[in-house]
Formats: sequence, structure tokens, C-alpha cells
Amino acid sequence: MLHVEHLTKNLGDFAIQDVSFDVADGEYFVLLGASGVGKTVLVETLAGLIAPDAGQVRWDGADITHERIQKRRMGLVYQDQALFPHMTVFHNIAYGLRAPSRTAHRERVRSLAAGVGAGELLDRYPPTLSGGEAQRVALARALATEPRCLLLDEPISSLDMRARSEVRALLRGLHRKGHTIMHVTHDYEEAMALASRVGIMEHGTIVQTGTPEEIFHHPKSEFVARFVGIRNFFSGRLEGPARGADGLARFMTDGAAFAVLSDAQPGLGFVILRSEDVTLSKKRPAGSARNCFQGEVLDLAPARLGVEVIIDIGIELAALLTAQSVERLALECGTKVWASFKATAVRFIEE
Amino acid sequence: MRLGTKTDSFSLVFAALGGLVLLFIIAPLAGMVLRSSFSELSQTAADPEVRDSVWLTLWTSMAATAILAVAGIPLAYLLARKTFPLKELVTAVIDLPIVIPHSAAGIAILGIVSRGTLVGDAAEGIGLQFVGGPGGIIVAMAFVSVPFLINAARDGFAAVPERLEKAALSLGASPLGVFFTISAPLAWRSILSGLILMWARGLSEFGAVVVVAYHPIVTPVLIYERFGAFGLKYARPVSVVFIGVCLVFFIAMRLLARRQNHAAR
Repeated sequence: MLHVEHLTKNLGDFAIQDVSFDVADGEYFVLLGASGVGKTVLVETLAGLIAPDAGQVRWDGADITHERIQKRRMGLVYQDQALFPHMTVFHNIAYGLRAPSRTAHRERVRSLAAGVGAGELLDRYPPTLSGGEAQRVALARALATEPRCLLLDEPISSLDMRARSEVRALLRGLHRKGHTIMHVTHDYEEAMALASRVGIMEHGTIVQTGTPEEIFHHPKSEFVARFVGIRNFFSGRLEGPARGADGLARFMTDGAAFAVLSDAQPGLGFVILRSEDVTLSKKRPAGSARNCFQGEVLDLAPARLGVEVIIDIGIELAALLTAQSVERLALECGTKVWASFKATAVRFIEE
Repeated sequence: MRLGTKTDSFSLVFAALGGLVLLFIIAPLAGMVLRSSFSELSQTAADPEVRDSVWLTLWTSMAATAILAVAGIPLAYLLARKTFPLKELVTAVIDLPIVIPHSAAGIAILGIVSRGTLVGDAAEGIGLQFVGGPGGIIVAMAFVSVPFLINAARDGFAAVPERLEKAALSLGASPLGVFFTISAPLAWRSILSGLILMWARGLSEFGAVVVVAYHPIVTPVLIYERFGAFGLKYARPVSVVFIGVCLVFFIAMRLLARRQNHAAR
């Protein structure tokens, strides 16, 4: 088990501050953060390439903060793979390998290469490999040292779509085989697809950890919400339920007011509303939704799934619809529509 | 960079100026070669004094390069990779031999290796005489030519991505192991070109060498001596023979370097 406590390192442009988290044996932990937030510094600190200013790294209770790089048994894989260009794939994989005999050595390289689907590449030089092939080789090279934890720095981000899903499948396979993996990325879909647990990093520190479901459904801050792709968040003031006739709290933002189900104290904060939870209709909906607004369509943009519709209801509200719904409602810029969502879909987060 | 295939006046003017520079370099050399007859050259090549001096020049310059490579290449690595106090100053010091007059460099070297100095007496104690001996020639050559090696090697090391070294460390290699398996092989082209440059600079050295050791006589000094004592006609064939020998070595080394690079690819 990897145990990181109050890790701090200031490198000027890149810094990490008071970073603490655990990675249990066999866990796939993804650290999610924007570019330049200090993810690579963190990974290099764990690998022992950078000495931290403060804090501790432990493995199964033993302090390895200042352990020599060679003895840490952390398998580091970089985004650009960092394969040695003057060596064949065979020699790249063999670089960190210690084997009792020449035959055992050769067999081990072969089986490592086969394990990542790079068995045919052994005589090639790295500059001739595609991104996906290079990433497989980099993984095999790291696995050759029998690391107790794989440290992956954006292992998928630089690959094309097809290679991405291949490497993803490979990583999932490694996880299933019981490897402990720590993976840093800026891509939340990558995190959701692979992680058994996710940590969110902001300004060099971890602001929330949890399962992907917890993070996605209960983001602790505006930053996390924005990061995991929640489009509707508005800052403003929550006013107590006493004022609302329906027993619901009211959230006042500049241009609109929502009914919110919340037991939070009145005060400043923000609300988040997932664009999937907004329903559009031509007529005023008769259902149970407590928030109904009439507005004009400002924009229609194809999203990864469906179409994102932006409606002006005094503020800009995003709704995610299927392409069929957009067609059925004959939506285009300027169309008047009703947008509705339940008071329970709006989450208030105190500042 | 190719902006277009159409010849314009701009390209014409620049090409003409460039042609003048080429002519400026080639004309004197070609003239010298063309004015030397074959019999003159073969006679000179057979002259024991010339032979001895060419041999002496070649081996002393190679020795200077080899000795300084051992200490200079690690220094180049440090300069490319580490930050340390006064690094700027160290970089400037390394370039000093390029900017000071070489006769002055010779005087300075004489000041530390001649009899009566600490280094000079110590060397004499073990039977090595710098002044007027090959040792002095090697020191003089090394002094004026070492910046070329260090600068080329430093640039070569700097061009090796640091991530490759970090990856190698995390795979269990020692820092020295990383240097020999990753950094040096990848910087090899620059290092080799630095070695060739340093060697070339060393064997063509006149100013510093002549001050420290007139005898045994290296070829650049021999050329000057023949010119002073007998005139242009006698200095020319020695020059041509020496240039010929140097060219053969340079071309051979370049070819060797090319082959190695192909092998590495």
C-alpha cells in the first residue's frame, strides 16, 4: 500500500502542496488535474527523481521518502514514453531486467513483450513505432523491474483514438492481474473509464478523493464540478425555505431564481445542475418540476453524446438532449422553449 | 529553407557574395597545391625531418585530445545538466583559450611548467621534461583546443532529453550506468565532432607550441622555419604534404562517424 502524507515540493513554476492520499494494493488510483497543476512533479517525487521539501512517502508502513530511486521499485511511464531511441525494443525492455541466465533473460523479455502485445516489435527501433506501440513497449519496460506500483504520467493522452482504447484495455488488464496502479491525467473520461478511485488535484493539492461515482455525483467544489464536465453552475445566494411558499429554499443568482431542496444554511454559494437533468418542451410542462423557465435557444452544439442546447432564461442554461429530441422540438437558434428541472436536481454548495 | 525556385536578384546577390567567400578559401589552397610539382612533393614526403615532424604533430595532438577527453567530457556533462554556483563563470573560463592570443597562452603555460616551478620540478622528478619536449607540446595543444571539445560535448548532452535519463534511473540503473548507456551514446555524434575539432585545432597550433617547445619540431613550426630560413618555395611543399595528411585523417574519421550513426539508427 502506497501512503502519501503532506507531500510538498516547490519547483517555482510547478509545485505540490500538502498532498496526501493512499493507494491500496491492487487499486487503480487516478489523479485528475488540469495541465501544469503539478501532476508530473508528484509522480517524479514518488519515483524518487525529485526530493520533496516536506512530507512522507511510505510503502506498507516503511518510510521510502528518501529511498534511492533504484530501490523503490516504482515503475514510471511517461506520456512521451521516453524509450531509448538508440536501442531496439528488445533492449529497451531488457534495460531494467535482472535475470539469472542469458536464456532466462531472453525468455523474460519475450514474455513481457507478448504480455503487452508487442511481441512482433522486438527488433524495431523506437522512432519507427506508432504512439500506441511505443506506449506498450514503455509499459513492458516498466514491468520488467517487477515494480510494486506503476506510476503512469498521462499514458493515453498523446495517442490517437484507436490506440487510446487499445492501451486502455491493456491497462484494465494489468489492473485485473492485480497490479497496483497510480495514473495521472487531465482527462476526466479517462479517469472515469479506468479508476477504482479518483483524486482531484487543484493548485498543487488534492481537493477530493472518492470513487468515480462519488466524484461525479457529489462534487465537493465548483472546481471539481467544472472539471468533471458539469456545465450548469451559478454562484449566488441561498435564501431560507421560510421565504418560499413551497417549503423549498430559493437560490438567487444574477438573472434567475431557482427552487432548491437543501438543508444548508442561507448564505453565499453556488448551485450545480447537470445538463442531463434539464428537460425542454414547447408548452409549459405540467409535471412535478418546480423550476420552469421560458427562454430562447441561443446555441446548439453537438456534444460527445447528443446535442448541447444553450437557453437564455435570464442566465445561460445548458441542456443535453438527444439528436432526435432536438429534431422533434424543431429547435434552432431563436426558438422559444420551456426549460424545466426538479428542485432535487439542483445541488447547492456552500462557499 | 526554400522560398521558391524562381531566381530573383536577392538570391543572385547573396549567392555571388557566398561564392566570393568560397573562392577566398579555396583559391590560396588550390594555388599552393597546383604550384607544387609531384617530384617536389614526393621529395618532401621522403624527407626524414618532415616525416618526423608530421608524426610528432599527429601523435601529440591525439594525445592531447585523448587526455583532455577523459576529464573534459564529464565536465561537459555537468555543464549541460547541473546548476551550480558560478556556472556562468566556469563557462566563460572554458572559452578563455579561444579569445586570448596563442603566443600569450604559450607564455602562460611556460610560466607553470618551466624549470623552477612546482609543476616543472615535479615533472622533472619523474623524468618528464615539458619545456622543449613532447609533454610541453601536448600541454600547449590541449590548452588552446580543449574549448572546442567541451562546448560540442556540452551541446550534445544538452540535446539528450532529461526524461530518458530519469526513465533509466527509475529502471534501476546507477547514475554512472545512465551516463554510459544513455547520455554518452545519444550525445556521441556531438562528442565525436568535438573530438575531431579539438584534434584539428591542436595539430594546427603554432603560437602556443612554438613558445613552449621549438624543438622537437611540429609541422606548423617546421613550415614557419623553412619559410624563414629558405623562403616560400621551400615552405610550400611541406604545407601541402601536411594538409594532405590532415585531410586523409579527417575524411576517415568523418566516414567512421557516419557509419556509427547509421548503425545506431
